Amino acid sequence: MAITEAPHIVTADIDAPNSHTLEAYLAVGGYEGLKKALSMTPEEVANEVDKASLLGRGGAGFPAGRKWSMLAPSEVRYLVVNGDESEPATFKDHMLIERMPHRIIEGALIAAYATQVMAAFIYVRGEFALGIERLQQALNEAYAYNAVGRNIFGSNFSVDLVVHPGAGAYICGEETALLESLEGKRGYPRIKPPYFPAAIGLYGAPTIVNNVETVSNLPWIISHGGAAFSALGEGRSTGTRIFALSGHVRRPGNYELEMVKTTFRDLIYAPVLGGGIRSGRELKAFIPGGVSAPWFGPDKLDLPLGQDEVGANGSMLGSGSVVVMDDHTCPVRAAWRITHFFWRESCGQCTPCREGSGWLEKTMRRIEEGAGRPADIDLLLDVCDNIAPELGWPPQQTTICVLGPSIPSSIVSAIRMFEDEFAMHVKEGACPYE
Amino acid sequence: MSDNPVAPSASSVELVSLVIDGIEVQAKRGELVIEAAERVGIYLPRFCYHPRMKPVGMCRACLAEISGPRGFSLQPTCFTPVAEGMEVRTKSEKAIKAQEGVLEFLLINHPLDCPVCDKGGECPLQDQDIAYGPGESRFVEEKRHWAKPIAISDLVYLDRERCIQCGRCTRFAAEVAGDPFIDFFGRGDHTEVGIAEDRLFDSYFSGNTVQICPVGALTAKPYRFRARPWDLEQAESTCMACSVGCRVAVQSSGNRLVRVAGIDSDPVNHSWLCDKGRFSFEAVNSENRLVEPLIRREGVEEVLSWSAALRTVADKINEVRSSTGPDAIALLGGARGTNEDAYAWAKLAKSIIGTDAVDAQLADGLDADLLLSLPRATIDETTAAKVLVTICPDIKEELPVLYLRLREAVVVDKVPLVELSPYRTSLSSLARVRVGYYPGFSLLAAKAISLPEKSREELTESVLADGGIDVNSIEAARALVAQNAPDGDGEGVIVAVGRPSLAEDEALVRSAVMELATAWPKARFLPVVRRGNLFGALDMGLAPGLLPGRVGLDGAREWFEGSWGKLPEKKGPDARGILERAAKGELELLILLGCDPLTDFPDRRLAEQALTNTPFVVAVDCFGTESARMANLQLPAAMFSEKEGTTTNLEGRVTRVVEKIVPPRSAWPDWMIAAELAGYLGRDLGFSSTLDVTEEIVSLAPAYRGLASDLSSFLKSGDGVVVPIPTTSPDGPFIHPVEPIDPMATPGISQIEQQGSPPRVGSSFAGGYRPQGGIQRGSARVIPKPMTGLEMDRSALRVPPRDGYSFRLISSRKLYSSAVMVRESPSLQSFVPKTVLLVNRHDLEGLGLESGSSVRVRSPKGTLTLPAVVDDSLAKGVVFICFGTDTQGASSLIDVSLPVNDVRLEVP
Amino acid sequence: MGHFNSEVLQRAKELIALYPHPRSALIPLCHLAQEQDGWLTPEAIEEIAQLLDISPAEVAGTASFYDMFHRKPVGRYLISVCTNIACMLSGGRELLQHVSQRLGVAVGGTTADGMFTLEEAECLADCGSAPVVQVNHRFFSAMTPDSVDQLVEDLAAGKLSDVVPPHGVLNRVKREVGLQVPVEELVRQRREASQAREERARLAQQGQEGRS
Ligand SMILES: Cc1cc2nc3c(=O)[nH]c(=O)nc-3n(C[C@H](O)[C@H](O)[C@H](O)COP(=O)(O)O)c2cc1C
Ligand code: SF4
Ligand code: FES
Repeated sequence: MAITEAPHIVTADIDAPNSHTLEAYLAVGGYEGLKKALSMTPEEVANEVDKASLLGRGGAGFPAGRKWSMLAPSEVRYLVVNGDESEPATFKDHMLIERMPHRIIEGALIAAYATQVMAAFIYVRGEFALGIERLQQALNEAYAYNAVGRNIFGSNFSVDLVVHPGAGAYICGEETALLESLEGKRGYPRIKPPYFPAAIGLYGAPTIVNNVETVSNLPWIISHGGAAFSALGEGRSTGTRIFALSGHVRRPGNYELEMVKTTFRDLIYAPVLGGGIRSGRELKAFIPGGVSAPWFGPDKLDLPLGQDEVGANGSMLGSGSVVVMDDHTCPVRAAWRITHFFWRESCGQCTPCREGSGWLEKTMRRIEEGAGRPADIDLLLDVCDNIAPELGWPPQQTTICVLGPSIPSSIVSAIRMFEDEFAMHVKEGACPYE
Repeated sequence: MSDNPVAPSASSVELVSLVIDGIEVQAKRGELVIEAAERVGIYLPRFCYHPRMKPVGMCRACLAEISGPRGFSLQPTCFTPVAEGMEVRTKSEKAIKAQEGVLEFLLINHPLDCPVCDKGGECPLQDQDIAYGPGESRFVEEKRHWAKPIAISDLVYLDRERCIQCGRCTRFAAEVAGDPFIDFFGRGDHTEVGIAEDRLFDSYFSGNTVQICPVGALTAKPYRFRARPWDLEQAESTCMACSVGCRVAVQSSGNRLVRVAGIDSDPVNHSWLCDKGRFSFEAVNSENRLVEPLIRREGVEEVLSWSAALRTVADKINEVRSSTGPDAIALLGGARGTNEDAYAWAKLAKSIIGTDAVDAQLADGLDADLLLSLPRATIDETTAAKVLVTICPDIKEELPVLYLRLREAVVVDKVPLVELSPYRTSLSSLARVRVGYYPGFSLLAAKAISLPEKSREELTESVLADGGIDVNSIEAARALVAQNAPDGDGEGVIVAVGRPSLAEDEALVRSAVMELATAWPKARFLPVVRRGNLFGALDMGLAPGLLPGRVGLDGAREWFEGSWGKLPEKKGPDARGILERAAKGELELLILLGCDPLTDFPDRRLAEQALTNTPFVVAVDCFGTESARMANLQLPAAMFSEKEGTTTNLEGRVTRVVEKIVPPRSAWPDWMIAAELAGYLGRDLGFSSTLDVTEEIVSLAPAYRGLASDLSSFLKSGDGVVVPIPTTSPDGPFIHPVEPIDPMATPGISQIEQQGSPPRVGSSFAGGYRPQGGIQRGSARVIPKPMTGLEMDRSALRVPPRDGYSFRLISSRKLYSSAVMVRESPSLQSFVPKTVLLVNRHDLEGLGLESGSSVRVRSPKGTLTLPAVVDDSLAKGVVFICFGTDTQGASSLIDVSLPVNDVRLEVP
Repeated sequence: MGHFNSEVLQRAKELIALYPHPRSALIPLCHLAQEQDGWLTPEAIEEIAQLLDISPAEVAGTASFYDMFHRKPVGRYLISVCTNIACMLSGGRELLQHVSQRLGVAVGGTTADGMFTLEEAECLADCGSAPVVQVNHRFFSAMTPDSVDQLVEDLAAGKLSDVVPPHGVLNRVKREVGLQVPVEELVRQRREASQAREERARLAQQGQEGRS
């Protein structure tokens, strides 16, 4: 088993009592990273982060240092921390927000300093009522502690931070939709190009959007140096990251693991991690990185938890959430439920996504409920193809954002891996697992 | 989100070359691929894209494979600007599959109720699906359902099942009209267009959403189920509901007008119309039309033959001419007809009858000499103005489409706006600086913002304060002008001028306008005066002291007398003068040419006295208006779309209006009535067709001379020509070619080949241009020059101070005033405003009243009891009563002989 | 106007002041309105529109994009049962059916006494403790039919009113300070910082040149 001795970075001390309070955070060295950062120049801070090769933890996996360096020059620029976490089966940011809010604030401030923005916002998923409270409370404490606001810790750097609640729309996790939402509008993703946030973001100004977990790494990186971070993991996938494990495992939960050094098999079966499949059953399939990702079968268990390694195998590490399905799982139902989710959450701008999601959802449901027709499989694949042409990986798209081409992932996976089970549904006119 | 960085910027005219489907294409940097493709004949399906709105790229119908740094990918061509070396494949297998896929998706939830849908037959969804769709749907699930059509306003119905979520209507409302009262509601495939609870889509521009909806989701109440597109005939014409002169397609079925649609005229209306212009065609179809000459004998109206009627008028004219003399005959009106109508009547009045007591305005506009002398701007030029200044009534209420264009100039082109106004208008919130002033103090405000430092010593803070002017606003306005138009001579400044209030003397705002014109000699002006063809009527000489072609009676006498015969000796009175004389019993005969002084003249008492005290009144009109019913004789006139001709808009743009239907019973065009009447007077105007009149205009009227070296091609030119024609141009006027109309941009205009008005039997233009000699130009060898410069009476009126007990009255119209076109249009008549008194909260409370309670308004002329409504945008001591309301309203309080009107408010 | 009580109005103004553009406060203000009224009433929409200087249609249209805003009244307690993939694999769908039967309302319905509204939720991001239930967006995790029955009982009996506040997510912890740094000061600071950066770059350049 390759569960390494790598330190916990973002989840360090998260189990301490009242870990969400300033007192507890200060007791474990909180805000030292920020203090150190303020003693460096912004470029030095950015350099450390670049050296760390910190890949974004929100799903797309873009290196944070590179992203910062792309921020267009402008007097007015913003930082937005993405805490909208709603990718199904992802629950790491939720935990960090409720239990380590100060680390997020500290990280956000380090990022704000490095990028010299005018203001910073943390957009928190609206359903995280407790999380919003904890984060707001932490921010109140941070203001009182002068960790934020005017001349932070006596330095020459001032910035204000605002905790902004969302209100229940998955698409607002997509960074440009998030910016629209933060502007008080419907959460419609913007077209890239030209609306890359780093060029034209919040209120039209260059904007950095970083995930909650991404910024939570920053205090450690500054305290320990980028090199220490990139010494962990392998290749582009450096450091540690939280894997959110759910489904039919004995011990679901969030596990912070060194990247690449650990495999899916470790994550699912190691006694201190997933502990194996529940009720003594067998693994049927797993989703390696959130429901937008194509599924893997047991043959992929020995793949390492690395971004490029998973990508090369036709899926993605995405948000780092792993859903485990045992051999009693109906793949039609699982894929239908995921499709149902996308149908409910499509923002509705793009015709293929808006209409295609509903069409696929209805057809999948019909098959699951026993009214499938033999022609439906080809129809599903062709409708998917009209949203994500050629059904390859990474997907192509006929839509504005990648929610559209995410819809086919589970349908196509389920059909490709379990076509005979679809056929059974059609033939028997019922779900064989009912 | 800030400006769309994709939109082409005006400054860059750089060309790039790209390849579309193997064709090498040159395109302007910033141009969109869909547009570049279209220029080379490659059409891409589209729904959300509209050439007059910012692209959003959301329907995904126009996808094509476009090369980029990482190879080809499917991109929306409506959102992607061209780039050097770009390669586009619109017909690759992948592109076609994507396009077909989108069209199939669009139909899965669409009800396909085309047989009962207004749009059926002219529906972009239908058409593009046939052309670009997969042919067959594989969708077997149940469709999405919504309750069938809901009224989102009094004019527009919404059928959400048909909606394809292209966002054209919502974007139009927010982006173009600035009336964001409809929006998307819900999410995903439950997205619907909607309104906030109990908040209707009350916009003057709502009909445009119907026109640009690419499916039948939005339908207009006045058109629903009235006709099918294949039964419609259409012709391109010009709207005459106001002086903007929007280009329209007039559509008829049988001999009835059924619909008016906006045509995309680049310099004028960008395809938009206001709802008044769009729906007031209903008046043409009204049952209440005047269709036969009527004579009133002892209070009873009797039908008369045309010959008897004309004989009666001719006898009357002869009688007055020989007894009292021609000065006892006056003509009011003429601004609702064509240029040809106005010209024929001007010629009849000034040469044959021999009177100069002629006025197309009713003391509700601006002085004719001023209007014709001011150097004019075009609407299009406002987009590049350095500063826009307004000193006029609420442009949205007067000239709605001009408001859209100015709004665009301010919002999109970022032209800074300075508003001078005694009350808040629709542009106030867009103005960089708003200079408020008390009624009557426009001159002071004009001086304060325009005079050079050294000449404004007497304009102290306290003097300004007496005029209700905040010195800070003046400083801000001056700084803005100085910063944006630094030459100080008004170069780049465009001023919109009109009558902010009908309760004050026209001379007050006139002197303010002249002040600006003098201080800023290079500034140009856009007149904000509403009536349909007012500028045509003035250009044709329907005003005292004027002759056709923007020339003065004296200067051009010689030029015209050769062809017209003897002209009046001296300048006659204007409308106010005419009515004052009539009231005193000094007039013998008054001819009302499509005008209704009882409704439109600011001083109703005076108009009543005038009509009562004039022995014989003739009304040439389409309806028995209030004034017409007081006339001795009523002559039925043809209306908009029942006659050919030309019209001149506020810029001086001359365009064509067409005859689409036959006038009812024995209604005639005005010009023909004049021509026939001349015959009964034993003279010949020389006109037997509209074309005869047009020809005489373009050969005789100085500002119009050279309008058309080839009249028939001019008459086909969509956007027309702005007069005066620059005499320097060797090639004559530039005529805009008729652009093919994009039916997708303007669905509802389907048959492109029907554009340009095919010659029809019975049309007076059917024969095209017939050169016709014989027009005498007098002995003058020098063509008189159209007027410029301001040789006018500059003595400013003194505004008396207001006493502590009274309130200064402001009155101005709303779009749907009680004018006959609105009253006779069933869909619009309910919009005529109710009469209320608007007053500052402080003043109302001072009277011990609450908003809504009734108050008695007393002026020396009359008394009204009205509900008082709080409007805190009004200054203290000022009240506002809308002009042209459902009752007699403000005009029964106003005395036109006073510089300003004060009223007392009493608790009844 | 005048629909918000004075405390809510005060908070609304404070929230608006946190953003460079007032419209950004739309979502927070809708949350506030729901805290006051339980749902997003037309009157609140009008007031928010006025406060943000946009049209009521824009407020209502925007709010309707977001699931948490209710344009029709909902029960005192909104019970959200997640049935998305992780919860589904752990019995979320069955749990939803169970609650529906227990309350006697269909999914999406409200009990006759106005106490409970039941909704099917998408993933609530607590998948490690599936199946997950929220009541007014407060988490109750790893639920079983028995524990959810107990929850409903406790709610009905008013036992959890301190754990489950009314609708809205801003009510219990308020932001204590407004923005501390005026924009002008920020602009000045950033300018100085960028000058300093240029200076450093210049020196570095010189240093390099000096070496070579
Ligand atoms: C449909 C969709 C949903 C997303 N949801 C989230 C989310 O909930 N949280 C998040 O951090 N990123 C989400 N993302 C990714 C963001 O767009 C963005 O890449 C990320 O916030 C950037 O932060 P990072 O570079 O630190 O990863 C989503 C993307 C898409 C297309
Ligand atoms: S792909 Fe779907 S979610 Fe993304 S912008 Fe288009 S409609 Fe919205
Ligand atoms: S996406 Fe191009 S026309 Fe709609």
